[in-house]
Amino acid sequence: MKRTPLCLAATLLASLSVPALAQTIAITGGKLAIGDGSDPVENGTVVIANGKVVAAGAGVAVPAGAQQIDATGKWVTPGLVSGFSRMGLVEVTYVSETNDSTAEKSPFSAAIDVSTAINPLANPIAISRTSGITRAVVVPEGSGSVFAGQGAVIDLGADMAPITKAQAFQFVELGETGAKRAGGSRPAAYLLFRTSLREAQDYARNPAGYDGRSKDSILTRADAEALVPVVQGKVPLMVHAESARDILAALDLRKEFPALRLILAGAAEGWTVASQIAAAKVPVIAGGIEDLPARFETIAATQSNVGRMEKAGVMVALGMFTGDDGLQVRTATQQAGNMVALQKVPGATGLSWGQALRAISSAPAEAVGLGDRIGSLKPGRAGDVVIWDGDPLELESAPVAVWIDGVAQPMENRQTKLRDRYATPAPGQLPKAYEH
Amino acid sequence: MAFRLTRLALLACAGLAACAAPAAEGPKSASTKENPSAEPDDPYPSTYQPYPGMPTVVRNVTIFDGEGGRIDNGVIFFVSGKIASIGGPDTPIPADIAVFDGTGKYLTPGIIDIHSHLGDYPSPSVDALSDGNEMTSPVTPDVWAEHSIWPQDPGFSRALVNGGVTALQILPGSGNLFGGRGVSLKNVYARTMQGMKFPGAPYSLKMACGENPKRVYGNRNTKPSTRMGNIAVDRATWIKAREYQKKRAAGKEQTRDLGMETLADVLEGKILVQNHCYRADEMANVIDMAKEFGYKVTAFHHAVESYKIADLLKENGICSAMWADWYGFKMESYDGIRENIALVHNAGACAIVHSDDENGIQRLNQEAAKAIAAGRRMGITIPDEVAWEWLSYNPAKAMGIGDKTGSLKIGKMADIVLWNGNPFSVYTRPEKVWIDGAMMYDANDPKKRPVSDFELGQIGAGDVK
Repeated sequence: MKRTPLCLAATLLASLSVPALAQTIAITGGKLAIGDGSDPVENGTVVIANGKVVAAGAGVAVPAGAQQIDATGKWVTPGLVSGFSRMGLVEVTYVSETNDSTAEKSPFSAAIDVSTAINPLANPIAISRTSGITRAVVVPEGSGSVFAGQGAVIDLGADMAPITKAQAFQFVELGETGAKRAGGSRPAAYLLFRTSLREAQDYARNPAGYDGRSKDSILTRADAEALVPVVQGKVPLMVHAESARDILAALDLRKEFPALRLILAGAAEGWTVASQIAAAKVPVIAGGIEDLPARFETIAATQSNVGRMEKAGVMVALGMFTGDDGLQVRTATQQAGNMVALQKVPGATGLSWGQALRAISSAPAEAVGLGDRIGSLKPGRAGDVVIWDGDPLELESAPVAVWIDGVAQPMENRQTKLRDRYATPAPGQLPKAYEH
Repeated sequence: MAFRLTRLALLACAGLAACAAPAAEGPKSASTKENPSAEPDDPYPSTYQPYPGMPTVVRNVTIFDGEGGRIDNGVIFFVSGKIASIGGPDTPIPADIAVFDGTGKYLTPGIIDIHSHLGDYPSPSVDALSDGNEMTSPVTPDVWAEHSIWPQDPGFSRALVNGGVTALQILPGSGNLFGGRGVSLKNVYARTMQGMKFPGAPYSLKMACGENPKRVYGNRNTKPSTRMGNIAVDRATWIKAREYQKKRAAGKEQTRDLGMETLADVLEGKILVQNHCYRADEMANVIDMAKEFGYKVTAFHHAVESYKIADLLKENGICSAMWADWYGFKMESYDGIRENIALVHNAGACAIVHSDDENGIQRLNQEAAKAIAAGRRMGITIPDEVAWEWLSYNPAKAMGIGDKTGSLKIGKMADIVLWNGNPFSVYTRPEKVWIDGAMMYDANDPKKRPVSDFELGQIGAGDVK
């Protein structure tokens, strides 16, 4: 029994550590959506060479020597991007040894860097990959401070090199959770935030002179160092804020720290202050389908939040804002499809199909500043492509092929193997422990 | 964000409901009634009254009748809260009544969620309103979920307007081995729990196996701290319950014991066992335990490994109430697969789609659609109209109300949803929902959106949600 997983892991490592060299591929004949918000086109072609998109569209020529893949009758999209997740940090959510999303007893906060611990062999990675998710924004959960640490953007490829961008942003809690972590109130949270950024400025001016151990200092040296690029605007600051007042307070932070590059996460009541968010040119990563006053900070929650913000000119991406953020990012298509469904509900505001796909492909990439590298099938982007057996936002559809960086991905995972093992349970049947 | 670790994941419940019709809850025997220590029949009676309706016809509509039947270009007529006729385009329509054209739309029985905590874990999820788990002892069959229900939970309205849910069973949580009594509700706003209580529905007993009880009590260094401890405490409790039940049946005087009353009713088949249980091997243990003590498990809830023992579940007539694709949030859900529901159905066992979640309850039709699709991809082709059994008739039967609701048969309650497209499409939403023939939601009429007391006067009250 024990040999199986070990052998499997060894095989995977051998085959995964050196990805097959990406060749030139042309996917032709499918219904093609490039992920920038435009509608899909019939009979589109995608050309990938050297791991990147060369061209995608209706009249694109197939280069000589390219491996041609016929997608007639199918749909073709960019690989999907989860805008908010714990992908690669979690194997079993409540088995703490397998969950690296939070560190309650760590003395550090802002310096915690999730890119140091992404596990490309975590089963949720393969499960999500075979559902068409090829990249994920990975957000630390944090615990002891409003600063949760440095997030990353990863790919979900079957190889041992998952990092697309490390230290991609700093994550900070400034709503109910932030208040709790700062000692019990929002004023305490904002004071902690401001004091910390000022200490980071002190550190930047004189790193050697910064004493992270003096009784006046809030930040350790490592945390102060991590916040320097944030206060200087070199690394984005992702702020979790849900209520209207918390969102406006977050936008106000730039009065004191003008260089901050803000990203809003959550923003359940964003629709009530959508014009201010749009004017501030701050992108939003939202959950989309949450419509309950789950907390007092989300009293005005509605599924029309995303559509209304988008209509007001805010760029909105979708992410996973539930306890399933380490496992179920594959429901992104369902989330996006529900945004489209709202178009038929009187009084609701939804997204067009093209906008909905964008919200789970190029919008999250752009929100974290990687729109030129991933998330769409525009030339120069990573060769992340999915062929679907139907409309990718529909519940009945599934990927039939996935490429990441131009490399074809395996379409099996632990769940498909369990399915096959138990396809026909019958009375008196012997176990299938030797069939694998 | 896992800003809020789902309490469901931690403490979700599961239940068991038998697909077989439960024993009717009836008056106690005469000898029991003469016993001065006997319990009253129905101390918290339903005061539910249907909202006023009007005679209604929907025609030119695709109908899934909830028992596997499909009628294209169908007609349904309901009056006085009951279904009066249903059939093809030639079905006679009375004159001078409201007629809705269902062209391009679908009509189904209202969805029934057999596993919900609305009202006892309501929104907002603040500690002051968290009333779902009496985690002060692993054995609390004496508590009744209905006494925790807050009728103003905004979740009821979302389940109605976005989910087409017309009835639901509210269960205690799964922190305890014996969690308490569950209750079935009509999904209507009322001032009191009694005003929502499904008339004539039997009670259920929530039980739990696995990680939750052993974690909760093991962390306190009390029994049970292991799975064997779980079963040992269960068995010891059933031994006491049988003694109590025997005395009661014989009309012997004994001090009333609320927990024992519930368990005695289970042993007499009057209360249905809804058993939270994830793993196949644990379900098998519970099946043997039920035989040892002479009770029936109606349904295993969550049941992420039912696909491994679908034959055993069929043989024992036990339903599985399942999610479409949840997995891995705890060790005992590690082997969850998307084909679970289809595999259980395909083996001839009873399959139910449940939510255990205030968000999931708004999209049970979508969860079923994912399960249908997963089945079809592995070659198990289940027609849409057959799969609808998972959403209404099977849960109704497992809640003991299958003779009253859950399918569109003449004389049954007019609990109906008109969908603005195929309900297994992600692009479809309820357009109208009727409960007992009264229109409780109409997407085209902002006044037909229920607003709970909690939301009234707050930002977003009455908004489309």
